[in-house]
Amino acid sequence: MSSTFAPPEALTKVPFHYCPGCTHGIIHRLVGEAIDRLSIRERTIGVASVGCSVLAYNYFNVDMQQAAHGRAPAVATGIKRVLPDRVVFTYQGDGDLASIGLAELVHAAARGERITVIFVNNANYGMTGGQMAPTTLLGQITTTTPSGRAVKEAGYPLRVVEMLATLEGPVYLARVSVHDPANVIRARRAIIKAFEVQLQDLGFALVEVLSICPTNWGKKPVEALSWLKEHMLPVFPLGEFRAVS
Amino acid sequence: MKVLMKGNEALAEAAVRAGCRCFFGYPITPQTELLEYLARRLPEVGGVFLQAESEVAAINMVYGAAGAGARVLTSSSGPGISLKQEGISYLAAAELPCVIVNIMRGGPGLGGIQPSQADYFQATRGGGHGDYRVIVLAPASVQEMADLAVLAFELADAYRNPVMILGDGILGQMMEPLELPPFKEDLPAREWATDGCRGRARRIINSLYLDAEELERHNLRLQEKYRRIAEREVRWEEYLTGDAQVLVVAFGTCARIARATVKAARSEGIRAGLFRPITLWPYPYRQLQAAAASARAVLVVEMNAGQMVEDVRLALEGRVPVHFYGRTGGMVPASGAVLQELRRIGGVGRVQHVRPA
Amino acid sequence: MTHEIIVAGFGGQGVLFTGQLLAYAALAEGREVSFIPSYGPEMRGGTAHCAVVISDEEISSPLVEEPTAALVFNLPSLARFEPRVKPGGLLLLNSSLVHRPVQRNDLLVYRVPASEIAAGLGLDRVANMVMLGAYLALSRAVSPETVRRLLEEKIFARSPQLLEVNRQALEAGERYTGSLALGA
Ligand SMILES: Cc1ncc(C[n+]2csc(CCOP(=O)(O)OP(=O)(O)O)c2C)c(N)n1
Ligand code: SF4
Repeated sequence: MSSTFAPPEALTKVPFHYCPGCTHGIIHRLVGEAIDRLSIRERTIGVASVGCSVLAYNYFNVDMQQAAHGRAPAVATGIKRVLPDRVVFTYQGDGDLASIGLAELVHAAARGERITVIFVNNANYGMTGGQMAPTTLLGQITTTTPSGRAVKEAGYPLRVVEMLATLEGPVYLARVSVHDPANVIRARRAIIKAFEVQLQDLGFALVEVLSICPTNWGKKPVEALSWLKEHMLPVFPLGEFRAVS
Repeated sequence: MKVLMKGNEALAEAAVRAGCRCFFGYPITPQTELLEYLARRLPEVGGVFLQAESEVAAINMVYGAAGAGARVLTSSSGPGISLKQEGISYLAAAELPCVIVNIMRGGPGLGGIQPSQADYFQATRGGGHGDYRVIVLAPASVQEMADLAVLAFELADAYRNPVMILGDGILGQMMEPLELPPFKEDLPAREWATDGCRGRARRIINSLYLDAEELERHNLRLQEKYRRIAEREVRWEEYLTGDAQVLVVAFGTCARIARATVKAARSEGIRAGLFRPITLWPYPYRQLQAAAASARAVLVVEMNAGQMVEDVRLALEGRVPVHFYGRTGGMVPASGAVLQELRRIGGVGRVQHVRPA
Repeated sequence: MTHEIIVAGFGGQGVLFTGQLLAYAALAEGREVSFIPSYGPEMRGGTAHCAVVISDEEISSPLVEEPTAALVFNLPSLARFEPRVKPGGLLLLNSSLVHRPVQRNDLLVYRVPASEIAAGLGLDRVANMVMLGAYLALSRAVSPETVRRLLEEKIFARSPQLLEVNRQALEAGERYTGSLALGA
């Protein structure tokens, strides 16, 4: 195994454009490490979504496609059906995956597409400047819920992993977080598993990673990490929701 | 009293004042301030603001709300407007009034977020399937973002037709002083809305006509309406066209740049003028032809690859050579570069056709 | 007279705020005005700029191609806007952060150690107000008095402490170039 500090081969040397302290960077690294660890770099195709990670194609040192907003699971389906022996993953935010792209996601999962979805939940739309996402917590202030998300107007946060767990298609579903080192290690393990089940041709895999958005939450990175722990964990419990024995 | 506002916000406030109490949308740069403004503003006046899960959902919420009799607004930019096209076709077919705002950014595809006018074809030529028309208004200032919003709702109601306001990133983001329109209280009655059939025969809002003859009759009726709109609702502005030997044709932000250029050209002795279409559909064909009466050359300036050139050529019927200067991808034409073009084509004798790629 | 102004620096240096303040002041004086901000992800720690036009006549184009003045808060903005200033125009540099010499010799260049002056007032963030004060002393694009009134009545009406340092910063900037202008 490579040493912890050497950058993974599956990441390019291009510096990230993410805001200081944003955990998109850590999650990129975990995905890169998983690809290295499984030695699949040269047969992996990644699909970038639309969100702050829209430039992911610059960072993952593998073949990449850029999808329209929300459509990454459909694009990944297309790739995987043409190249079944390749490894295909998507990297999507919560607006992309759980709002505009929910239909594509649910149907890819229901079909049991052999793809790996990395789902970054930061409880808002980062790229466009902090609007409400489907995962925004009740009472959370965003630019489109200026007095806090209220049930009457904007309903409840969506728990994607739990929802997908009602389907037969997914074989691996986990929710992890990156707010402290112990959780980062668990997140790494989950992401590796989500690729392994694809290598074993078992079915659809998704890892939801709770992440911070210091810029739009209006918090310093350290404060944002504790906000995640305090407020997001109770709504989005961590753990494996579907796993192969 | 004049207030200083962003174009996006001025449009939003004007919509509220025009009696719009209903907005469905999805965030996208550079129109997001419109959505964010209404998220705050509509609840204050007892209105409905809903951030939809996608533009596809948003435009179908518009369909439902318009059918229920509301003055309803949605807004987006290129990629989102593309997703709305199916819904717009249904709205036009079912003759539902609504206002759709497109604050254009550079395309195609995901493109960029800088200002553009590259959705001209999409806006004026339909965009969705079937034989339908959308009234398209092109503001060129923050004041017009507000004024045309009011007009848009009126036209939508008058003709039971979707109206699109076609702005660009600069108009959306720019701040200028404006006079806000007054609040409108009494909205026209909606004798066709599906709001419950108590005490009357039931109503249906629909775009399905399985019988071809019947569908043709429906189409003919729509065409007759479009003809009426084209006859009555053409709007445009002229600046120093009376004796113009070179006529610039531009809309939106480009018209502002062109106006500065025309001024500069005049000070050099070039007899330049500006024709600015305000309605892009219906296009002011006859009015442009009249304005170009003294022109030896016409220059179309756009933030796209020359989409409006087609309409200008249709208007001029080959009588005057049509030149084009444009920038794409979010680049904005510099008035210096436009002036260069004016000098070139405004010079004596030399006339040359420049075809857009 | 038409003032065409570019304000440019890092996001977070108050560049857009400075431009907006100018625009509000112009409106308060009953002048014609337009303001265009840069927008999008360049806000994210990158550079930001805005274009303000203030005039006594109707403004044809709100776009600023050849500014009559550029207020430059950081080095990348100097590289970007120095070549665009109108010959004879004003180039105001925050010399605390911009060290390199100016290449053109057809501009009026003023170096204002705005960040240092702001730090001296106890709040780094008001460097933008120092720059604005310096610019107004030189150009009179709007009256500094109008800006002060806006700060007092509108912007910091409810935070006397912020009002005080912003006002001090504005005045420090005015004094700084005011004296230079007299000396020249
Ligand atoms: C059809 C369409 N609608 C809207 C947009 C604008 N848009 C870009 S990113 C984004 C939201 C991204 O949020 P999320 O997926 O949560 O990712 P994050 O930025 O938070 O990482 C939106 C709405 C677009 N590009 N295309
Ligand atoms: S806006 Fe939020 S999610 Fe996007 S890079 Fe910045 S911190 Fe990360």
